[in-house]
Amino acid sequence: MRDLDLEALLPKIWAGLAQTLQMVTVSFLLAAVLGVLLGIVLYATRKGNILENRVVFGVLNAVINVVRPIPFIILIVAISPLTRVVVGTSIGTEAAIFPLTIVAAISIARIAETNLVAVDPGTIEAGAAMGARPLRVLLTIVIPESLGPLVLGLTYILVALVDATAVAGVVGGGGLGNLALTYGWQRFDFFVMATVIVLLIVLVQVLQLLGNLVARKVMHAR
Amino acid sequence: MSTAISFEGVSKTFEVKGRRVDALRDVQLEVERGTVFGLVGYSGAGKSTLLRTVNALERPTAGRVVVDGAVVSELQGAALSRARQRIGMIFQQFNLLQSRNVYRNVAYPLALAGVPKAEIVDRVEELLEFVGLTDKALSYPAQLSGGQKQRVGIARALATRPDILLSDEATSALDPQTTGEVLDLLRRANAEYGVTILLVTHEMDVIREIADRVAVMQDGQVVETGSVYDVFSAPLAATTQRFVSSVLHHVPGADALERIKRVHHGRLVQIHVENRESNDPFLSRIARRHDVDFNVVYGGVSELQSRLFGTLTVELLGDDLDVEAAIRDIREATGVSELTHA
Ligand SMILES: Nc1ncnc2c1ncn2[C@@H]1O[C@H](COP(=O)(O)OP(=O)(O)O)[C@@H](O)[C@H]1O
Ligand SMILES: [Mg+2]
Repeated sequence: MRDLDLEALLPKIWAGLAQTLQMVTVSFLLAAVLGVLLGIVLYATRKGNILENRVVFGVLNAVINVVRPIPFIILIVAISPLTRVVVGTSIGTEAAIFPLTIVAAISIARIAETNLVAVDPGTIEAGAAMGARPLRVLLTIVIPESLGPLVLGLTYILVALVDATAVAGVVGGGGLGNLALTYGWQRFDFFVMATVIVLLIVLVQVLQLLGNLVARKVMHAR
Repeated sequence: MSTAISFEGVSKTFEVKGRRVDALRDVQLEVERGTVFGLVGYSGAGKSTLLRTVNALERPTAGRVVVDGAVVSELQGAALSRARQRIGMIFQQFNLLQSRNVYRNVAYPLALAGVPKAEIVDRVEELLEFVGLTDKALSYPAQLSGGQKQRVGIARALATRPDILLSDEATSALDPQTTGEVLDLLRRANAEYGVTILLVTHEMDVIREIADRVAVMQDGQVVETGSVYDVFSAPLAATTQRFVSSVLHHVPGADALERIKRVHHGRLVQIHVENRESNDPFLSRIARRHDVDFNVVYGGVSELQSRLFGTLTVELLGDDLDVEAAIRDIREATGVSELTHA
């Protein structure tokens, strides 16, 4: 019945795991840098803030609001011409990283902005009272104070990326999710699917644990 | 003594959604260098707004604020930044940086002022010793009690050796015991470093504990100002009287007075007592001379800035003319006011 024994399966699982990890880490790192920068720009260009700029804020805000609700599977297809320009191809693991980075960066931008806005205005005022100029307040008070909750937000995105990589199979991104879909869905091999699901659960747990650990480290809340 | 802060016709009008709020109306006030000056008043009186004009967190819509000869209300940019480094501030909610430990919170204003690293280490150590938190240098604000957080706030505010310390309800979030400790610390900062303290509070107890002078605010105006002794012993404005009676119970309130009058039918007078230079037992002398009896029915005496003052509510019993003569004699010796008519 099974057209695959364990020995033949293992290399496929390892390869899938490696692809998933590659897609998740690369897109996450790129998205974290890009998203946090975008979040800071959003925050700084808000009304009343240091770089107040209605055009920049308005455009960024609109782009985020438009892209965020698009289902990932549709976004992959929709931006595939752009992917081809940037990555050189619209097929394969590298090609999947581009849309993954875009969605993650956009979510991170919003999360970063929210956390920056939520920084206690009292600490900002204390900074001003000590003679810190607005840029200094942004760099040495607002951003560091928002880091703790931001790490929790980033962890959420990291886990969501594992989820999104399964869809990346559509453009030949490979990975664990793709493996499960191919064997479980198309060939009704529940053993492969179960193995992959267990691996995914473990992976998500490890990432969540890591995120919590880092958050606790930067939050210093007891 | 010279003037540390002067408010010259300061007004501030906030405009919120077309509605105008006159938070300050033509405030005229001077704070002498080296004193502890209290601003007291009910919520919304404009105390915080006035305090915040001193470091230009708030800009007056009219008038100006002069600190050490500089018009802070008109300073901008780097000049304002430098002026603010000469003015420390502490807050009701402490406003410490949660992402930095105690050491780095106190070091923050020093780094801002460009103090060399080696000096910062020494200065922070000195400050933490002053506020008694040497062992908490590596703790984070979330790990401290309210009183400890405010002590960090004080260390941070004093770091750059400012001439002026602003305090906005710094003890209002603390329990009475901790409030006492924080006020002690402020008193020491005033005595040892000579820092001028301008403090806002809605608690008359805080004023009594620590202030030399006090201004009472109401509806954006200063309704009364004077030495703490004068204001407490002889409050003039109705608001001041209400504040003073909230902490001193020298005279009976309306209810107590009703009860007293129901029982005591003689003439009731309130006799002002205070530090007297002479040893003259004037009350019993007057009583004997006019053959009247004194019956003390209410009273209280307090000590403030090492001086005594108080009020005795007394029932005078005797012949009408004798009582009249006795009152005349007491009036010569001290302040008297009549509560009943013969
Ligand atoms: N930023 C602001 N915007 C609008 N109204 C304000 C602002 N700050 C203070 N006010 C108003 O000014 C008045 C005085 O406020 P405040 O100085 O905080 O009083 P206090 O400190 O005596 O309680 C209040 O009516 C308050 O609502
Ligand atoms: Mg206030």
